[in-house]
Amino acid sequence: MTAPTTAPLVLAAARYRYAGARTWALDGVSLSVDASRILAVVGANDAGKSTLCLVASGLAPAVIGGRFEGSALLDGTETRDLRPHEAAQRCGILFQNPLTQLSGTVPTVWEEVAFGPRNVGMELPEIVERTEGALRTLRISDLAPRDPSRLSGGQAQLVALASVLALRPASLVLDEPTSQLDPEGTRLVGEAIRRLAGEAGSAILIVEHKTSLIERVADEIGVLAAGRIVARGGAAEMLSDAALTSLGVDPPPAARLTRVLADAGIDRADVRRAIDAVRVENFSGPPIEAPA
Amino acid sequence: MRPAEGVYHRLNPTTKLVIAFAAALIAFGVRGWSGPVGVLGVVGVTAAVAGIGRGMRPFVLATLPLIASILIVNTFLYPDAHDVLFRVGPLAATGTGLAAALQASLRVVAFALSVAVFSLTTPTDDLLVDLEHRGLGRRGVFVIGAAIRTIPRMAERAGEIVESQRARALDTEGSLLRRVRGLVPLAGPLILGALSDVEERTMALEARAFSAPGRRTTLRPIPDTAGQRAVRWLVALGSLALLAATAGGVITPP
Repeated sequence: MTAPTTAPLVLAAARYRYAGARTWALDGVSLSVDASRILAVVGANDAGKSTLCLVASGLAPAVIGGRFEGSALLDGTETRDLRPHEAAQRCGILFQNPLTQLSGTVPTVWEEVAFGPRNVGMELPEIVERTEGALRTLRISDLAPRDPSRLSGGQAQLVALASVLALRPASLVLDEPTSQLDPEGTRLVGEAIRRLAGEAGSAILIVEHKTSLIERVADEIGVLAAGRIVARGGAAEMLSDAALTSLGVDPPPAARLTRVLADAGIDRADVRRAIDAVRVENFSGPPIEAPA
Repeated sequence: MRPAEGVYHRLNPTTKLVIAFAAALIAFGVRGWSGPVGVLGVVGVTAAVAGIGRGMRPFVLATLPLIASILIVNTFLYPDAHDVLFRVGPLAATGTGLAAALQASLRVVAFALSVAVFSLTTPTDDLLVDLEHRGLGRRGVFVIGAAIRTIPRMAERAGEIVESQRARALDTEGSLLRRVRGLVPLAGPLILGALSDVEERTMALEARAFSAPGRRTTLRPIPDTAGQRAVRWLVALGSLALLAATAGGVITPP
């Protein structure tokens, strides 16, 4: 079935239950992500965030089984009508652990990135173009001759992202892509995500605990609780909402600082301006820490 | 690490694989001393030409436990042998048993060294690329490649688990019994972790179109020549003919 929609990634009243489970891990989620936009989804543990990623990318139920109801569209096509390799060319997914995402069967990063295009039997010149394009987009061309098993966590995650990008999907689903990375790795991945939306025009759905990263990259934020989207809005507005904590989400340090200083009687607009100035200076540096 | 370059190294991986298989067949299949001694001679010359003599030591050492058991069992317990050489308590070492043990040991060493020559001169990637080019399915290539590369990762993870178990006061050193007991809490996380990896790895592979139909594109065909094709057929058919001839009694090797 093809739906009249322009957003590359759309979920409508999506419900999903794992095989053998009695409860719905996702229970009526509706969302859409337009090209060049980044929607971040936050929520407490067991809220259904990883399940959302699997459903949105078409891996559930096609690969892992389970029961799916509602609608999940990639480029306007229902995921239930797509085979996994067809879904992979419409939506790329990146998981938490960089090591399990590498094929582990090739000797160089270049060949690792070329793994997807090779799988679909592309001609060699196109494989070369796509592989080098993906490496360039993420600015990791210098890693091309390296052994994928000898990379740092951040580098490996970027290689995993590049190998997904080489299939040129219109949308990307990122399931806590920095959860196992140090601050430097987080920064590398965060910058890459912003570039992908800005320069490559990807529609990006990111699930992430690190709200300081989300604050930097997301256009919109949705809060997931018990398998449902319970709140959705602009990133700045959502992250400064005091209700976020009660939903099991830690606000980013800047939002906490704003709130603390505002509570102390300092004008919120002044605090915001000061933080924005610091953020510009520190954008490529470590996250801004909240005062003790 | 890619092996050093040399004439033998540059042979097509399938040619070397056929030679290794033929050597193993002859070492175990040809009766008498000729089979293992002949294979040892060929393997020795090949190893010298390829310059991999030192690298073969671990392969020989790995056979030692098996050789020790072969020597003990055959020398002392060979059935219907009466040419006693010496006695150890109730057990008698016989000349027939000792000869059989030495012959069997030679077969094991010849096999191990033929495997050593192959693995020390053939990068795994080249072998996989060549086998895939010859029609081995992507799943077969993935299973072989992943299995080879998973071993160091499993060893690394086992080390991490041992360290974390030690940090929680689990005794993983000391007597054999203690070590065996220490294996139980080690094996659980290792196996569960590996299974969890498999699930995520499967999904990651699907996310890269691993199950797409049709043939995968070959990035770098491994060079092959008509001469090597002829050698492969010659070696394969020759070794099978030799086996058949010795098994059928047409040839009686010494």
